[in-house]
Amino acid sequence: MPSYQAPLRDMQFALYEMSDTAALRALPGCEDLTPDAIDPVLEAAGTFCAEVLFPLNRSGDEEGCRFENGVVRTPKGFPEAYRAFCEGGWTALGCDPDYGGQGLPNSIGVLVQEMICSSNLSFGMYPGLGHGAYAALSKHGTQDLRDRYLPKLVSGEWAGTMCLTEPQCGTDLGLIRTRAEPAGDGSYRITGTKIFISGGEHDLTDNILHLVLAKLPDALSGTRGISLFLVPKFLPTDEGRPGARNAVACGAIEHKMGIKASSTCVMNFDGAQGWLVGEPHRGLAAMFTMMNEARLGVAIQGLGLAEVSYQNAVAYARERLQGRALGGARNAGPADPILVHPDVRRMLLTMRAMAEGCRVLGVWTALQQDIATRHPDPARRQEADDFVALLTPIVKALFTDMGWESTATGMQVLGGHGYIREWGMEQYVRDARITQIYEGTNGIQALDLVGRKMSVHAGRYLRRFFHPLSDWLEAHADDAPLAEFVQPLAKAFGRLQQVTADLARRGLADPTEAAAGATDYLRLFGLVALAWVWARAAEVSRPLAEGDAFYRAKLATARFYMQKILPQTGALTSSILAGGASLRQFEDAAF
Amino acid sequence: MIKRVGVIGAGVMGAGIAAHVANAGVPVVLLDIVPGAAARAVETMLKADPAPFMHRRNARLVEPGDLETDIAKLADCDWIVEAIIERPDAKRALYARLEDVRKTGSIVSSNTSTIPLAALTGGMGARFAGDFLITHFFNPPRYMRLLELVAGPATRPEAVASIRDFADRALGKTVIDCADTPGFIANRIGALWIGAALRHAVDLSLTVEEADAVAGRPFGVPSTGIFGLMDLVGIDLAPHVAKSLLLTLPPDDAYRDVYRDEPIVARLIAEGRTGRKAKGGFYSVRRNGVDREKVTLDLANGEYRPSRKPALDSLDAHATDLRALADHPDRGGRYARAVLLDTLGYAASLVPAIAGTVDAVDTAMRLGYAWKWGPFELIDRVGAAWLAKALREAGRPVPPLLERVGEGRFYRVEGGRLQAFAPDGEYHDVIRPEGVVLLEDIKRAKQPIARNASASLWDIGDGVACLEFHSKSNSLDPDVMAMVGRAVAMGTKGAFRALVIYNEGKNFSVGANLGLALFAANIAAWGEIESLIEAGQKAYRALRAAPFPVVGAPSGMALGGGCEILLHCSAVQAHAETYVGLVEVGVGLIPAWGGCATMLARFAADKKTPKGPMPPVARAFEMIGTAQVAKSAAEAQDLGLLRATDGITANRDRLFADAKARALALVDGYAPPEPATLHLPGPAGRAALAMAVQGFVGSGRATPHDVVVSDRLAETLTGGGADAIDETPLEQVYDLERRAFMALLKQPATLARIEHMLETGKPLRN
Repeated sequence: MPSYQAPLRDMQFALYEMSDTAALRALPGCEDLTPDAIDPVLEAAGTFCAEVLFPLNRSGDEEGCRFENGVVRTPKGFPEAYRAFCEGGWTALGCDPDYGGQGLPNSIGVLVQEMICSSNLSFGMYPGLGHGAYAALSKHGTQDLRDRYLPKLVSGEWAGTMCLTEPQCGTDLGLIRTRAEPAGDGSYRITGTKIFISGGEHDLTDNILHLVLAKLPDALSGTRGISLFLVPKFLPTDEGRPGARNAVACGAIEHKMGIKASSTCVMNFDGAQGWLVGEPHRGLAAMFTMMNEARLGVAIQGLGLAEVSYQNAVAYARERLQGRALGGARNAGPADPILVHPDVRRMLLTMRAMAEGCRVLGVWTALQQDIATRHPDPARRQEADDFVALLTPIVKALFTDMGWESTATGMQVLGGHGYIREWGMEQYVRDARITQIYEGTNGIQALDLVGRKMSVHAGRYLRRFFHPLSDWLEAHADDAPLAEFVQPLAKAFGRLQQVTADLARRGLADPTEAAAGATDYLRLFGLVALAWVWARAAEVSRPLAEGDAFYRAKLATARFYMQKILPQTGALTSSILAGGASLRQFEDAAF
Repeated sequence: MIKRVGVIGAGVMGAGIAAHVANAGVPVVLLDIVPGAAARAVETMLKADPAPFMHRRNARLVEPGDLETDIAKLADCDWIVEAIIERPDAKRALYARLEDVRKTGSIVSSNTSTIPLAALTGGMGARFAGDFLITHFFNPPRYMRLLELVAGPATRPEAVASIRDFADRALGKTVIDCADTPGFIANRIGALWIGAALRHAVDLSLTVEEADAVAGRPFGVPSTGIFGLMDLVGIDLAPHVAKSLLLTLPPDDAYRDVYRDEPIVARLIAEGRTGRKAKGGFYSVRRNGVDREKVTLDLANGEYRPSRKPALDSLDAHATDLRALADHPDRGGRYARAVLLDTLGYAASLVPAIAGTVDAVDTAMRLGYAWKWGPFELIDRVGAAWLAKALREAGRPVPPLLERVGEGRFYRVEGGRLQAFAPDGEYHDVIRPEGVVLLEDIKRAKQPIARNASASLWDIGDGVACLEFHSKSNSLDPDVMAMVGRAVAMGTKGAFRALVIYNEGKNFSVGANLGLALFAANIAAWGEIESLIEAGQKAYRALRAAPFPVVGAPSGMALGGGCEILLHCSAVQAHAETYVGLVEVGVGLIPAWGGCATMLARFAADKKTPKGPMPPVARAFEMIGTAQVAKSAAEAQDLGLLRATDGITANRDRLFADAKARALALVDGYAPPEPATLHLPGPAGRAALAMAVQGFVGSGRATPHDVVVSDRLAETLTGGGADAIDETPLEQVYDLERRAFMALLKQPATLARIEHMLETGKPLRN
């Protein structure tokens, strides 16, 4: 049976030792966020996740959701766990105190999210979507809509969904057909079918608030003609209780590879009453303002699964006695633990280096989100927003690819035992797979990076990463003890600069050239970002390593990353510089 | 020879024509019937922007007077231009008076835009008819290159030749011969286009922004489109032109079907909302305290509403493909189609009635209405057969010329020569005026001797080569620098005797490719940027040291690096309309391709500069530090950006030949200039300049980042650690330039300035 323990020490390292906590505490509402204030939150989250959510992960996967007579039943124990989750205040963590929230910044929120995703990703989907609906309404809803619905979302009493996808329209939202007709009373009638709606129907809450993209009668074609509507499952009474049933219903649920305890619904809107959120025809823009947060959320899912898979792979590798170490026996028994084998160590260190690196990068991005939303100086907000815009596609694709690779590697460490259900490792692989697909496939993330984020404002977003890294390298150029980290980073950064200039130049003349290198470029960028994280981790850990195994492990992991993972940037660079001709020239008919 | 000119009528056109004659260095008498009006017109013109005078001193060549008392001053004029009210009787009455005054052999022309020549010479006698023609200038006369010329059956050929030559060579006009028909060429077609664009916008319920976006860029028309244009020229002008055309056009002319009195236009005129001159027309600005909001007229109700970007599927999909745009079913597409059919069908029906060749019509529309393509070039873009079919489908007649060209095109290149389809059903070479040489013609006939993505080298005959930029906006990038280096290497080996740096873009060069530079700076590619600066310095200095003469031939803007390359040329032959300056401080940088070094050397050698180490530095500091831009070649000579010995060519089309002749004249005995050394004041001078800048800060004229940039400029110009006692090699200033440039480029405030300039076209004052 798998186990999970929240990696609190490493989370503290990521937040307190690797992040600019002074910048965090300089934000309005964050002044009191000292470790003394944060640690109890993280500890409580860790305990709740390990004790309440984690035990339901396997059973939830086995049981799945059931669809009967238009009603979805979540697996046994989920409604109770959800109630406990709300009572613990976890739905309110990052919400506005004016509506009953706790107002914690996202840089702390991502750590809690990671624990939830490690322990039970399917469960985490439900409150996650509620939070998405909260974010959309709080940013774009009218005062009336906010007052009516936000408290319910903050308390978790009511859940939310995001209804974007339709049968004919996934990535290309311009193809949406769902219609919205003005009802004459300020509300609208929404008609159409949405698919792949996570949490579209379930038995955890009394009401579900659907945020629906639809087209008004005078809409232009394409993405500019899309508006956003709020459609509650039950129309609330004036007392704020669920009233009459709205004309929205779940038609079916999907049978999927993973996250089986999360309901994935076909939703039919049949003249359902809804209210406009934000301006007419500006629905996609409204959605996009939440996209960065949502994409970081999915990234954290990948990280959470990688972490739990790593923990269990290590435990197994320590205990599993099999064969002898190549250099001679390590113990008196009949066999050595498989941990002694270089290839097992390679797998474990790869998982570790990626997960710990991503954790820091995730907190870093979240902190910039916090600055972008909370800082009083517009110039600082703009800089942080640039950084978030740049890093979001990288983080989403990098973390979720890493989640998939790490969970598969974790399974590999267990051999045949990883492949059977009993050890739980195969569920992580299955659960991880969707994270590369939803919230914009990783291919789309790469296109976003090279097609938009790289080029807008003549590369200003890039500046927010390239300049501080360039300055850091300059400042540490003569730091001899750190040279083993600084030099490989400098080399990889040089590659990133070269490739960035090259892609921008070729992409200007021919966008397909930029697109052809997009996925490799995103990976290269991500690896350089992690290399910087590890170089800084080494900088922090080196003076403390002597008497402390934690820092020694950091230093060793940083070394492993520089020597065994970062060199991938060389191959990626070659691939990108080779251009897109081999993709273009292959004859379509020959596929 | 035209040595003295008279202009009667000191309105916008008459005064502008007089000013432009003065720009040619020819004295001019300007008379008006209203006492004092001519003198006031000159005063007004000295304050106008854009300036009618190329240099303030040209105003002294204009002698204002009153028609009643000073008509005798016209006695010794070789050419008298009449630009009075558009009434045939008034004009003839004036001509009768002129007959008593003017000397034998003098020429009289009218600037009428709509009155046929026959109506003006009727009853005037043989002497007058022999000396009379129509010279129709466009507004503003200095800047619009088109001159429509109409000669009568009795006009003396020598008179026509004399005016043509003067207008061409001295005034720089492209002279187009027109038949004596109403509105001549440009206004005839332009008025119908305006009528069609207005009418269909109303009928198809387009917003003003939508109409301008559709009828603007996709047609190759300035982005002001139709309503923006009416705001610009004055909404009250349109009914006058229409009225006059309706009086004189043939009864079956298509204009009569297209033109309609629009109530909205009448209302705007009645309410005094006649466009920009009246602070509002179709577009306006609503002020609310300090807030300003752009507003646009709602054509349906005549009220203003906030301006908004046009959103049309047709425009999104086909902004650059006029035919696809006109085939799109939405209202934008239908509008494009309606305007297209009316305008192009009309133009095709008018040849040969209004002009002998289609290229004359195209040239007139390009130069008179600033269209990127003339109507026949537009027909070639959409396809003559497509247009004929579209006209047929709409139940409209297909003009014979269009029938005749059939599946073909109006223009083709045959044996390296541009040919145009003529009414005789044959293709004929497009004939350039005597002595005009165009690079575009050479390029049709030849392959370049060297070429890369941004620049080419052409053999232009007589052992002269031409270096042409053709990067985007002729911006300077590594490829341009490489081609400069290549040109020097080839010339040094004897591949040619002289080099002309010239191109036929709208602007000679607006300097370094800022987008590229900003991107490189954003990714901290400092090494690459510094290499580019070094490469540019090396290339420019190699030009200067080349063993053959190099003549820069700019027209339009020559800014930043585009100015610096001229500063390194042996000589410059500039188009009169050349706007030159070192504008780097506007984007938080300083000139680093030798702009600081060459200006220092130039000012130090200038006899007008007082002696001592500081005066040349102060002059360069003032010019570069305030990003002074000369608004003409004449002004550039004043500022020192062009030398007194540099030549000026009035006619854009003659610039290339003049530059080549200049280069050839320099070949014999050419030796590159000796490397200069300077006495520079060093830190003391820098401190003095810093104090001056502090004064500007105190008076609010310098921003915080101006101070930073100025200090780096001061450091460079004063020679860094130089000592006035010692000689500082010019090379050292190049090094200082480069270092200062790199330091400034790393500053966020500089990057913000560059980004702002790229995205808005305006400097950021941070």
